[in-house]
Amino acid sequence: MPLTEQERQQFTAIAKKIRGDLVDVTQWSGGAHIGGSLSMVDLAVLLYWKYLKLDPAQPDWPDRDRFVLSKGHAGLGHAVVLANRGYFDIALLKDFNQYGSPFGMHLDSRKVIGVEVSTGSMGHGLPEAVGLALGARVLGASWRVYCIIGDGESNEGSIWEAAMAAAHYKTGNLIAFLDRNHLMIDGRTEDIMSLEPLADKWSAFGWNTVVVNGHDLDALAVAIEAAQAHTTGPSMIVCETVKGKGVDFMENNPAWHYGGLSVDLAAKAKQSLGV
Amino acid sequence: MSTAEGGLTWTVYDANKMTQREIYGLVLTELGEKHPEIVGLSADLAKSTKISDFGDRFPERFFNVGIAEQNLFGMAAGMAKAGLIPFVSTFSVFATLRAGEFLRTDLCYQNLNVKVIATHGGTSFGSAGATHHSIEDLALLRAIPNLTVIVPADGIETAKAIRACMDIKGPVYIRIGRGFEPPVFESEDYDFEIGKAIELRPGTDITVIACGATVYHAIEASRMLEREGVSVRVLDLHTLKPFDDDAIRRAVAETRRIITVEDHNRIGGLGGAVADVIARGGKGCAFETLGIPDTFCSHGYPEDIMHIYGIDTDGIAAKIREVLGRDFEDDEDWEDEV
Repeated sequence: MPLTEQERQQFTAIAKKIRGDLVDVTQWSGGAHIGGSLSMVDLAVLLYWKYLKLDPAQPDWPDRDRFVLSKGHAGLGHAVVLANRGYFDIALLKDFNQYGSPFGMHLDSRKVIGVEVSTGSMGHGLPEAVGLALGARVLGASWRVYCIIGDGESNEGSIWEAAMAAAHYKTGNLIAFLDRNHLMIDGRTEDIMSLEPLADKWSAFGWNTVVVNGHDLDALAVAIEAAQAHTTGPSMIVCETVKGKGVDFMENNPAWHYGGLSVDLAAKAKQSLGV
Repeated sequence: MSTAEGGLTWTVYDANKMTQREIYGLVLTELGEKHPEIVGLSADLAKSTKISDFGDRFPERFFNVGIAEQNLFGMAAGMAKAGLIPFVSTFSVFATLRAGEFLRTDLCYQNLNVKVIATHGGTSFGSAGATHHSIEDLALLRAIPNLTVIVPADGIETAKAIRACMDIKGPVYIRIGRGFEPPVFESEDYDFEIGKAIELRPGTDITVIACGATVYHAIEASRMLEREGVSVRVLDLHTLKPFDDDAIRRAVAETRRIITVEDHNRIGGLGGAVADVIARGGKGCAFETLGIPDTFCSHGYPEDIMHIYGIDTDGIAAKIREVLGRDFEDDEDWEDEV
């Protein structure tokens, strides 16, 4: 069901704060994957503040839901979300990317509290998410697995290997999201390697598939709850998003897949975000 | 078949009739009875690798992912993250090269408790040709951190390795063959320790260091040379990583002539590992490596391929005679240092 007005205001404010933090950490780090982090912020806020069964004080709580960031280059976004959710102090991100910091470009699950799977190389997270989902079945556990994949990442064969396996094994406890921001490093996805009709592909692979505006918190909430109710197989929520969302000079610009920010440019980015 | 405390053990009578794969399937199934956390995965090679024995007994704990080796390791990693102990089986060449980055990044980087039991190692699937041979796996795997690499000599040692790998809380790769490796051990009643070479024959003139199917041939060559008055030490160096440097140093000090033999490219495998220890030791030692000479092998019966490349009994015996006749410069202070 749609969000309450209170939730809508709360989550919108959190997403705005996180986008501002992303600008800060990008500036501190010397360079980060800010474009694809900005595109998934709204979804991540909804998951971490409403739908994931979790307890930041007990990151190893056995019954927690498992979240896998398959598009692991957006580790910046994941780290900032975890910090804001209370897993650790955001001040720890001042050394992001630096030797000795637990936080590198691609988050290491053995170093960063709250990260379930070390990702970064494309096409690894979804197969592990399928394994986690089936692991829950073997163990008789009730937790769900949530996984965000990228659209450029969807070029990888392993994504479709995992897609087949999840449908074959009817992983009703797996809900995946496709951050469909239409850009990859070298340009537009449809110019580099055509993906469309992408939602049809997921449907044809046997997934319960819907397409939503990935920046519309209410539409996302409705889609997530429908996916949770679909327990006979895996669900894919294709989130139509804007890479660089919220920062005017980054939006839809492939140059901001990865980049650094000077003090001045960071100020301009924050001005654009209204933070 | 005999029974012993803690489960079944295998004797030469059983091993004579079973391949390494068949013994693996039976031992894994036996372990599965005791360990509900064990799950099995394969990529349409369940029957070929004999992990199907486990799957038949525990269908709810077995997952065939189809012909998709990347997802095979990814799913195994996820199951390990869930707290299970996955055993993953496919052919060696697919485990290491087709899906190598998944083995490395998912299993080894995250140091997950996953056991990769790779069959059809080396040229053991001879007739299938180079597409199905695996002569590069040991070189590749030695360079991956966190991974334990084991190459059992025969079916009985396979059983020992499968049991022993349960004591390691991390990724393990066990390379076995396809066919009927001649038995080296008569029963499981011997000490097997991961990372410790086994001296199968004592000797003072030269040491032959072998792993996998070549261990049997090293023993046969040793027996052959014994009749010629040559004392050949044979080491079963079943663990490529962690490596038993001490056993190599002792062989250098006590026999001063070493030959390695493996069903693998001469580059980067057992021979490379031994050479590294010898070179770092700085002691003079006549040394030769036997293996596949950096070439893609033709198809053929495994016995023929081993013979052609000199990694069978005849080839090892010939190389022993050659290395025995080789001169090398003695260190003046050798006796003092030994």
